[in-house]
Amino acid sequence: MIPTEKSYRNTFILLLFVLVIIFLVNISLGSVYIPLKGIFSSLINGEVEKESWRAIVYNYRLPKAITAIIVGSGLSISGLLMQTLFRNPLAGPFVLGISSGASLGVAILILGASFLGASISSFSFSNFGLAIAASLGAFLVLSAVMIAAIKVRNTMSILIIGLMFGSLTSAVISILAYFSSASQLQQFMFWSFGSLGNLSWSEIFALSVTFIIGISLVVFIIKPLNSLLLGENYAKSMGVNVKSTRNIVLIATSLLTGVITAFSGPIAFIGLAVPHLTKLLFSTSNHKILLPAVAISGAIIMLICDSIAQLPTSEFTLPINAITSLFGAPIIIWLLVRKRKIYY
Amino acid sequence: MNSTEKYIIRTSNLSIGYTSKNETTTIASNLNIQLKAGNMVGLLGKNGIGKSTLLRTLTKVQPALSGDIFIDENNINKVGNNQLAKTLSLVLTERLPDSSLTVFELVALGRQPFTNWIGYLTTNDLEIIQLAFEKTNTKHLMQSKCYELSDGQLQKVLIARALAQNTPIIVLDEPTAHLDLHHTVNTFSLLKNLAKEFNKTIIISTHETNLTLQLADELWLMTPQNFICGKTNDLIENNNLEQLFDSDLIKFNKSLKQFTIKHS
Repeated sequence: MIPTEKSYRNTFILLLFVLVIIFLVNISLGSVYIPLKGIFSSLINGEVEKESWRAIVYNYRLPKAITAIIVGSGLSISGLLMQTLFRNPLAGPFVLGISSGASLGVAILILGASFLGASISSFSFSNFGLAIAASLGAFLVLSAVMIAAIKVRNTMSILIIGLMFGSLTSAVISILAYFSSASQLQQFMFWSFGSLGNLSWSEIFALSVTFIIGISLVVFIIKPLNSLLLGENYAKSMGVNVKSTRNIVLIATSLLTGVITAFSGPIAFIGLAVPHLTKLLFSTSNHKILLPAVAISGAIIMLICDSIAQLPTSEFTLPINAITSLFGAPIIIWLLVRKRKIYY
Repeated sequence: MNSTEKYIIRTSNLSIGYTSKNETTTIASNLNIQLKAGNMVGLLGKNGIGKSTLLRTLTKVQPALSGDIFIDENNINKVGNNQLAKTLSLVLTERLPDSSLTVFELVALGRQPFTNWIGYLTTNDLEIIQLAFEKTNTKHLMQSKCYELSDGQLQKVLIARALAQNTPIIVLDEPTAHLDLHHTVNTFSLLKNLAKEFNKTIIISTHETNLTLQLADELWLMTPQNFICGKTNDLIENNNLEQLFDSDLIKFNKSLKQFTIKHS
């Protein structure tokens, strides 16, 4: 009997179990203590001791946990797509300037409002306005990087070009910031710290729809992504339309990264690191396994980071962006030192 | 030419080369190839003469400058990517990008033109993969990761992948470039067997000139002046091989059927 693909069922069951546990832990934590029983009954709409608990769980903690799951999964999947497409372990939404592009979009909207005139600023500060601006920014920068990628074959050069676009956008943001008022600056700074909270249910709905569209696009390119592991020429020789695969990756990543960045701010580290963590855990390059694995791991890690960021039992919440890097970077360094080489 | 004869690969007035914004670089022109199925073809020529360009053009990786290519009597420009992938498979010289693909997964990728949208392997697919492993003697490597293989093993596995694609034509670009004599001979005889046993058409560009002269049914010679194709023995008889290296140091020995160093 010929062995087909290795079965990862147990690992997946374990991961899903961890996800559920972390999800419950995440919802139980916060400045107001709510016992687990209270959480459960709020979730299933049962009897609750205090009506305020239900309100806290429903209007604050549950939306935040769902946002964390979508943000974690979406960014991780984007990172995986970039790493496969560019065949480079350093690729990720951040390194290729996509997050910077989203930041630029938001910066132009918030900071550039004074240049563009008050007529735009009156409606632009809703989260939806930010989402559109960020997606456009992300799409713009990613397209520019991709156009460069078509001309330049060397993947190292492409990464450097991505970094250059990143610094270009940062420069533009600095100039915009220099000419903005203190209140505009503060709004932009808060956005750039990253935050998973403060999303209304309708915004979560928009985020979920984008997420589902992005994921559905990706599901259809699992097969070509696998053949791209052998390089473009082999992929072509196996009947893969490399151009259209590239375009789908382009659209899916800018959609996912753009919208996520818009609602939650530019969140570092997740997109680059989670795919590596998952690849080490699963030791496979097969996207049929990697995609769901990366999605679940991303959600778990984001929930953990968010739980830490809430500083349990205190009233303060740290910027999520700081937590992801603070706790994630050492883990990656440790894994790399231990395993020596990451195969992507 | 007998009009009832069928050629697996045929070109008419083919020109190959590169076009950039300002200029066209023609590498070879007026190529008229007629190749029948079941032959092993050795493509010989000096470094930089355009062997890879010819193979890339024949396999539609890059466009022809002019002229037509017919694969199985269908114009290559009218054949879809997936259809072409069912007719023609490749083994390239380029290094594989790092990945943790297993050998089985790598070979199974060869079934991609035939599998459904998610790449599900049917029992038929698995049988063909199994056969590819048996033919190349690589069954014991199936569970290894590709990065664990030696150059010789990897080359065999890449040939297994092409076999799993189960195409009537297999094109190999310098498949023995990193191999020692033992593995080179092994690879060549494997390919020769495939041509004989399964009626596959094997096109192989190589610098293993002496080995090619012993095993190839046909030769395509790329010299700076012209392109010559024909049966190996005919070309030897017609002294065509002398033109391959216009060098003072190497000469072709007709009776030995191999190149030797000229003694001064």
